[in-house]
Amino acid sequence: MLDHTPTQVVERSALRINPANTCQPIGAMYAALGIHRCLPYSHGSQGCCSYHRSHLTRHFKDPVMAATSSFTEGASVFGGQPNLLQGLSTVFTTYKPDVVAVNTTCLSETIGDDIPQIVGQAQTDGIIPDGKYVIHANTPSYAGTHVTGFSNMCVAMAKYFAKPIETKPKATDKPWVNIVPGWVEPSDMREIRRITEALGMKATLFPDTAGVLDSPQTGHFEMYPSGGVTIEELQNLGRAQATLALGQWASREAAIEVENRAYVPREVLDLPIGIGATDRFLECLRFRGGVIPKSIEEERGRLVDFIVDTQQHFYNKKVAIAGDPDQVIALTEFCRDLGMIPVHVLTGNQGKAFTRKVTQVLGDKAAGTHIEQKGDMFLLHQLIKNEPVDLLLGNTYGKYIARAEDLPFVRVGWPILDRVGHSYLTTVGYTGAIQLGSKMLDALLDRRDRDAADPKFELVL
Amino acid sequence: MTTVLSSRLGQVARAGDGSADIVCDKQSVAGSVSQRACTFCGSRVVLYPIADALHLVHGPIGCAVYTWDIRGALSSGPELHRLSFSTDLRERHVVFGGEGRLEDSLMELIERHHPSAAFVYVTCIVGVIGDDVEAVSRKVSERTGIPVIPVQSEGFQGSKRQGYDAACEALLRLIGTGSTEGIGKHSVNLLGDFNLAGEIWIIQEYLKRMGVEVVANLTGDGRVADISRAHGAALNLVQCSGSTTQLAKDMQKKYGIPFQKVSYFGLDDMAGALYGIAEHFKDPEMLARTRDLVAEEISQVLPVVEACRKDLEGKRAAIYVGGAFKAISLVKALRLLGMKTALVGSQTGNAEDYRYLRDLCDPGTIIVDDSNPSELSTFLAEEKCDLFVGGVKERPLAYKLGVAFCDHNHERKLPLEGFLGMANFAREVHASVCSPVWQFAPRFQSANPVEV
Ligand code: SF4
Repeated sequence: MLDHTPTQVVERSALRINPANTCQPIGAMYAALGIHRCLPYSHGSQGCCSYHRSHLTRHFKDPVMAATSSFTEGASVFGGQPNLLQGLSTVFTTYKPDVVAVNTTCLSETIGDDIPQIVGQAQTDGIIPDGKYVIHANTPSYAGTHVTGFSNMCVAMAKYFAKPIETKPKATDKPWVNIVPGWVEPSDMREIRRITEALGMKATLFPDTAGVLDSPQTGHFEMYPSGGVTIEELQNLGRAQATLALGQWASREAAIEVENRAYVPREVLDLPIGIGATDRFLECLRFRGGVIPKSIEEERGRLVDFIVDTQQHFYNKKVAIAGDPDQVIALTEFCRDLGMIPVHVLTGNQGKAFTRKVTQVLGDKAAGTHIEQKGDMFLLHQLIKNEPVDLLLGNTYGKYIARAEDLPFVRVGWPILDRVGHSYLTTVGYTGAIQLGSKMLDALLDRRDRDAADPKFELVL
Repeated sequence: MTTVLSSRLGQVARAGDGSADIVCDKQSVAGSVSQRACTFCGSRVVLYPIADALHLVHGPIGCAVYTWDIRGALSSGPELHRLSFSTDLRERHVVFGGEGRLEDSLMELIERHHPSAAFVYVTCIVGVIGDDVEAVSRKVSERTGIPVIPVQSEGFQGSKRQGYDAACEALLRLIGTGSTEGIGKHSVNLLGDFNLAGEIWIIQEYLKRMGVEVVANLTGDGRVADISRAHGAALNLVQCSGSTTQLAKDMQKKYGIPFQKVSYFGLDDMAGALYGIAEHFKDPEMLARTRDLVAEEISQVLPVVEACRKDLEGKRAAIYVGGAFKAISLVKALRLLGMKTALVGSQTGNAEDYRYLRDLCDPGTIIVDDSNPSELSTFLAEEKCDLFVGGVKERPLAYKLGVAFCDHNHERKLPLEGFLGMANFAREVHASVCSPVWQFAPRFQSANPVEV
């Protein structure tokens, strides 16, 4: 399969080859798993739900629970109302979640099922027990990507639960922020919380998959592991001083929703991957009342030390970066700060904003960079064939390119289907930057060791 | 069995309790956390291993992504099947139709990759917007001179099984289009083997030693040209009964080719399959060769089985796999390892399969159709299983409970078919059940882990 990619790039309008993104519902499912005792619910054919669960399972190596409307031919003609009513009743009587997060699929979107209306019906029919909730997000897979779906479900959390709250915290209370962490690993969400709390602040993360998709081995299977943002926390979003949206694509809309509903000001930041973005994140927390402790300062110092120790290895190395827009932007900045040259920067999401943002991050280096929105891995491969790089950063699918072009490759982003441990390690914050930087360095130096002729194969590098 | 949904009661039984046939082949209950997939998935897994064909998924991006190189169906030659092609339908196509886009995509891909044939998978949304895929396919086929075959696999049509039927229909359009010249009288087609981890190569090797010619692989390591002349074979061997029995029946009707159901898992079933073939051809020399082959192979495998059995004797296993035939072989293979099957289930079994399972299993063994995680985990804990044999979604479930696991689905990296496969299976089960990790991992912390 590796020799199927021709070097010549021709304009393709009709076709995707080796996609760099996937469909909305899976993003909604991932976000929904970040609510405590929530059962994601896919309103469509059983296949979609099964695919999404398998794919998430392959990445997280943890059980991923979700129910399906199990559409039949009849539903696709007469509408899915009976399926959803029956489905909600099955879910509440059997699995007893606190919340059901319904996402649509391409099929239910196309036949035009009106979810709020059906849920209203379920309410009237007494299908939804007291104190239990059904939220929903429209996630047509023919618009946007999995990141859009994630964002839409985050918006739903705010839409259904955020409300204005008069009694703001007292001056003596800890400063309080909401954080929409974006599509990152459970470990990253845990790290974001750790940092925020280290600054003496209280944080409501939504979603929060820490403890849900990296749950410990305990000897029993829990339908709802202990993690996740609780309903009560979501209902109290209005108490916070600000909502920090980490990442424009995955998080911004939810922060806007909280602002509109609960009058909490929003602030949109980059994902805190790398030193610059983490600095800005901390700066923002400080501005909101956090106090940066010595321990965090030392973490930064260690990161700087790491970069000093390694800069000669990174300097002027060419890198290709592919993945979800928020990650790619942050990674591009990190690579730039390491002294690397991001030659190809690609995302599957559509939008000129991506190109603008990457251009801005790269500054005077942008002219030499291929920035592609709405690209696919086939295109990335072609770009790399035409202008080779020293390192590839991207999700698992990059392995085909890495092998064909014999490239050092670091897996980062989602999904990672062929390695284990990524959901426990972190890429955010200063600590994450060292972990990520060290992986990148290993990849480059392993390559150097492997390629070195005997006389140049040295003990110390 | 407190955790069984009331509407699912008919889908669960115990061996030896004399109750009515198990209810199966029905859609999962709306709202259940089903482990099952859809029609599209069924057709995709069957056809995808044809390595020199173009596989274009007509629909939004997701379906193509989730089936991109997931199956691990190996090819000895071309690898076009491992790329992921999608028409990536967007909003405007849903409104105005996606036929033009499909045509453009097909033309571009055929021009670039020169495939021997193209399959167009119709996903659920295409079924709803009503693209005439048949017409587009015909048109492109005329222009390019290769078969372009629509696969009617709208996800809402039903379960995986309906997808198998759609795949078989597509294959039938290819079969019969090639020349059968030069095909010998001791010839077979291999149906329902997808060459996971190179399994089909093991079987081919046995057949070669017996003096049997393989005309076409349907579909592992498959080639369009071979499939087009498959109607010239003297016998069809059906391994994955769920997916390709229909095809075998159709070929019997249309071309008069008899078929045998076989299983290549476990020593008994593997040997049985080979003897069945030899007996079919009524060639005493072949029968003698087969005897030698079986004796030789088994003698190599038995020591491994014996060694593993020492540690595994008396342990309890749960099986939840896709096909029922596979489940049947697994029960036998586990028995060979001295293990008892406490639970066995499948996603696509039919009434006949389940009847057979009931007779085969020890009394008390739980038999389920289309299960779900809470059911499975409760059974696993209640039955104190030491091993779970299942697929991708079952692995973390077993591990959380502290139960060893063996993947018998897409994610295989070592072949389980053939005599050699039994040795691999024995080693793998042994490795997982006897892993030192279990001394640190708590097991079955509560008898009824799910609140129901
Ligand atoms: S593209 Fe549509 S049919 Fe395919 S998995 Fe996504 S939602 Fe389901």
